[in-house]
Amino acid sequence: MVSLTPKVGIIPCNGEGICEGSLTRFACRKVLDKLRPDKTVTICLPLFIAGGKEERGFAKNFPTITVDGCDKRCAQISTEKLSGKPRCSIVVSDLLQQHGIEPPKSRRKLTEEDQAAIDVVAEEIAKNVDEILKNG
Amino acid sequence: MDKKVVIMPCSGIGKALGEVARQATYEVAEELRPEDVATACLARLMIDDPDTQALVKENLVITIDGCTADCARHNVESSGKQVDSALRVIDTLKAHRDLKPQGVLELGEPGLKLVHVLAERLAEEVDCLKRKE
Repeated sequence: MVSLTPKVGIIPCNGEGICEGSLTRFACRKVLDKLRPDKTVTICLPLFIAGGKEERGFAKNFPTITVDGCDKRCAQISTEKLSGKPRCSIVVSDLLQQHGIEPPKSRRKLTEEDQAAIDVVAEEIAKNVDEILKNG
Repeated sequence: MDKKVVIMPCSGIGKALGEVARQATYEVAEELRPEDVATACLARLMIDDPDTQALVKENLVITIDGCTADCARHNVESSGKQVDSALRVIDTLKAHRDLKPQGVLELGEPGLKLVHVLAERLAEEVDCLKRKE
């Protein structure tokens, strides 16, 4: 009998037009590669939207966390339309405001100062991964 | 009024080539052809954001995809806009096999060189579309 380890799908918006979109990528990769590598997978939003069967199937059957750069919530709305309601939806601009952290000033390159913002967002994602897996 | 060229990269998060597409787009939009080029969030097309829809409908569009899944092109075309040009990072990498990126977001020296080669290719495509206009 095959035992499947439950995982959480992380779906960043990747917003190309805004600095916070770049931040979603770095924070999500930190969770995937360093903080919770055995508990998370990433779902590529462009592929998900374009009809990726594996991505949509995963998001229907496993819990997801969407990470949006701004309050347009593209990743959250797309996930709700295509697969189902995410278990947790993070909006980076709101989260940074709550922590009194300035958003990055460049879409292209994140600086040493932006590392604090990456850490806050990544820790928030990781905390929610743990809660989702604990509560089932 | 002159049309802009809107470059829409796939920004795939699972592979380095998505980041190469994204970084090359920024190089063209911010350094090589800042007067002619704009970019926008690809995912906003999915939520029917009116400003983004207007931007792609009223201007020339180049999509740049990391791989053969062509997600950026499919996403733009599903919004009702036929793209004016569609490029793939993988084609540039095939022509420069020594420029393989080292990480997904941290591209390393070879990956950054690939970004620059691709940005030059995109700038040529921008010029070509502007001449035809």
